[in-house]
Amino acid sequence: MRSRSASAVAGIAAIALMATACSSDDSDGGGEGTAEGTLVIWSDPERADAIQGAAAEFAEANGIEVDVQGLAFDDIQGDLLNAHQAGNAPDVFIGAHDWTGNLVRNGAVSPVELTGDQAGGVDETAVEALSFDGQLFGVPYSQENIFLLRNTELAPDAPETFEELVEVGTELKEAGDTSEVLAMAVGQEGEPFRMNALFTSAGGYLFGQDDTGTWDPSDLGVGSDESIAAMEKIAEYGEEGEGVLRRSIDTENDANLFYEEEAPFFIAGPWNLGDANEAGIDFEISPIPGFEGEQAASPYIGYHAFFVTEGSDNSALAQEFVTNYVTSTDFILSLYEADPRTPVQTEALETVSADDPNIAAIAEAGADGMPMPSIPEMGETWEPLGQAQAQAISGGDVREAMEAAHNTIAEQIGE
Amino acid sequence: MASPSPDSAGAPSPGAPARPPLPGGRFAANGSVVGQLVKIGLLSLFTALGVWAALPLYVAGNWWGIGLVVAVVALVYYVYLSKRTVPAKYLVPGVVFLLAFQILPVLYTMSTSVTNLSDGHRGDKDRAIAAIEAFSVTRDPDSPEYVLTVATTGAPDTGELVFLLTDAEGNAYAGTEEGLSDLSGADVDAAGKVTEAFGYTLLSPAEVNARSDELQEFAVPTGDGAGIRSSGLSSAFEGSAVRVYDEACDCITDSETGEVYTADNDRGAFYNEDGQRIAQGWQVGVGLDNFARFLLNPTFAGSFFGILLWNVVFAVAVTGLVFVVGLAIALTLHVPRMRGKVLYRILVVLPYAMSSLAMYLLWRDMFNTDFGLFNRMLGLQVDWLGDVWTARAAVVLANVWLGYPYMFLVATGALQAIPRELGQAAQIDGAGPWQAFRHVTLPLLMVAMTPILIATFAFNFNNFNAVWLITKGGPFSPDNPTAGGTDLLITYTYRLAFNEATAQYGYAAALSVMIFLIVSAISIVSLSRSKALKEVDR
Repeated sequence: MRSRSASAVAGIAAIALMATACSSDDSDGGGEGTAEGTLVIWSDPERADAIQGAAAEFAEANGIEVDVQGLAFDDIQGDLLNAHQAGNAPDVFIGAHDWTGNLVRNGAVSPVELTGDQAGGVDETAVEALSFDGQLFGVPYSQENIFLLRNTELAPDAPETFEELVEVGTELKEAGDTSEVLAMAVGQEGEPFRMNALFTSAGGYLFGQDDTGTWDPSDLGVGSDESIAAMEKIAEYGEEGEGVLRRSIDTENDANLFYEEEAPFFIAGPWNLGDANEAGIDFEISPIPGFEGEQAASPYIGYHAFFVTEGSDNSALAQEFVTNYVTSTDFILSLYEADPRTPVQTEALETVSADDPNIAAIAEAGADGMPMPSIPEMGETWEPLGQAQAQAISGGDVREAMEAAHNTIAEQIGE
Repeated sequence: MASPSPDSAGAPSPGAPARPPLPGGRFAANGSVVGQLVKIGLLSLFTALGVWAALPLYVAGNWWGIGLVVAVVALVYYVYLSKRTVPAKYLVPGVVFLLAFQILPVLYTMSTSVTNLSDGHRGDKDRAIAAIEAFSVTRDPDSPEYVLTVATTGAPDTGELVFLLTDAEGNAYAGTEEGLSDLSGADVDAAGKVTEAFGYTLLSPAEVNARSDELQEFAVPTGDGAGIRSSGLSSAFEGSAVRVYDEACDCITDSETGEVYTADNDRGAFYNEDGQRIAQGWQVGVGLDNFARFLLNPTFAGSFFGILLWNVVFAVAVTGLVFVVGLAIALTLHVPRMRGKVLYRILVVLPYAMSSLAMYLLWRDMFNTDFGLFNRMLGLQVDWLGDVWTARAAVVLANVWLGYPYMFLVATGALQAIPRELGQAAQIDGAGPWQAFRHVTLPLLMVAMTPILIATFAFNFNNFNAVWLITKGGPFSPDNPTAGGTDLLITYTYRLAFNEATAQYGYAAALSVMIFLIVSAISIVSLSRSKALKEVDR
């Protein structure tokens, strides 16, 4: 009997303790998720503080709280889709414009509507890039594109054509000043993102576009004669040709080749500028040159945008935030101060370019660029196209590689 | 449960000589005061955990989940407060964790493997229809833009919603679910926002936000199926839904193009007559289609069985090589006359002490054709990671280097446990060093090494990092970019599930189930074989 009552006492005591634990838990009041009155924004950690600060005014004006949560940028899309499926997604999130197709396909974002004035203040191509089926799904705020970084000590003048670049680089290499002509990442699996500049210059194309610029996934151009001819031209500079483009140069070592003055030219992105400044070399930014007598080289332009999650508890505020605040020059400028990226907002871009010549130069290098296609089918092209391009660079049969990639992509899209 | 007289477990009865305490020790009922307190503390912690888990389930209305939580908590209370359940006291934590972290994920994976869960097929059908309809609301060109003020005719949180709208000319309107009417006598500020209107309560941003869900549905009809909808707190536009779902025919009609998309409930999407689908689909069960796909479809079956074969070769090669290398070094350093053994041992163990992630990346760079250590040192021009067989050799080599120190450590320990006299006795009996090793040392060694070898095999069978960090599964042939030359089943699965393009969870789950079955089968067979080995040794 004695032991039985001891058990009972223990049980009651445990429950009582639990109750106190719970009550103290409640007093915290700190619940996760999207409580009403708190606008939850997902961003990468680099920009989280900037957004938190820039959104403070919005929070105050509307009598709500803004909570910015940091996630690795590349994880945001996948995590958002899973969170949306589970019903605990944020209200607003930062994303890349080429996610649009997939986000829409999964019904995870809600359309946004800009007034004429708001849309007029933003780069038109950027707004188009965030649209899908004629509907706008995110408000763009920054853009990035790759460009040619040049060591001005080794190569004082910006090359007008790719041929000129190779000529200058080869002279330097033969003189023993450098060991490489150009640091352009190819890697074992190919880098279609970087390659697109040369690919388009030589006449290649991925998807056809109609008059309004809408991508047509049924017009796949990877295996077309134009694209094959383009890759054949590029392959002339590959491992079996001039040896300028090689798979042994990848995203791990390309920057170091340039920083250590082993290569006078470097196909770089805005993310390389910080290190380039630290490396202590004199450099200049110029557009990636196209082939002589061919089209201009079109690097891909990537836009970063604010999206509103479908089914958000705070959809009214979320819509208000992305349409009215993300389009305002002040907001963009305060974001820029914390995290310098080329703005797409015309007025903000002018202000920023006057301050930082690099921003202006990057924007100019992207003038001939094309927004990365945002249709979901685009995702299917990266791996096969990259592998075909790597194969072409390695000296393999270009036609065979491109046609095989074409068939693979067509098969995947057809599913 | 079957223990004799469980009632007296751990409780010395007065008069009789004190028995040694039974299992349960101080945590058994009637233990010391400290034991009781610890027990109360742990139980209340556990209960708090249960409540913490139950609250979100309650909010979500998941009664099965709450039932499960209550059952687990009740079971734990029963087991730890009863005196009759001494063995269960030991088994319950392990079993609960096994269920929660091993069995449940396996079951969940299995249930996913018979669906088409993938990008474009994540939610249910209602969600897909809602998305299709909402996304098709397009703004009519040339339609006016309005500055919006949200108001109600009653209380802020329950009254009927009214849109107070001002157009570019400064005309004010009131829009309800019935339609648009002129609004007179309202104060409008410079930005076009209505600041006061007779008979309407203006809502603050927070109040509007609290009614977000209603606002999503709200549209002021303007005829022809068009309506004025809000965009944020301060603007509204006129638009119409182009695509509308009709329950009668289970189809979606696009009023702009006239296309009719009919639901295909087997494939989880709306298709028109030409087989074109609407992007937003829903999740449906597909039975064993995912399994059939990689077992029967020639392309996928080719990839699957090719990868499976290489996967087995890889695991066997790595396990065999680390065993041979590790054992050889252990034997070398076991020679009693050897000097500086400690130093050698430290050097040998070094690779094991370093972060394997960093080491894999280092190895990858060493295999670089132009800048890599191997080609530079040896003056070669081998495209290590670009050719299937050199890439496979590279992956195996890197893994052997990383894996042999462990085998060396285990073998050294096992060797030291074998009396040297046995070897000497064998030599006196006339055995050569090889014979002594082969027939005396090795069999004794294998008793300790067999389980380790099985574990090494199972680990390398699913050694994701080894392949992903060095080759990413490549090299690939352009005609099959999903299956590379060094791909293991696990890297292949990962690529399918978390592809940049379309995440195919259903298919990847089916593959995971296959891997699970294969590894289980191999482990069961080898464990029972090792049991057989032990009996032979005796």
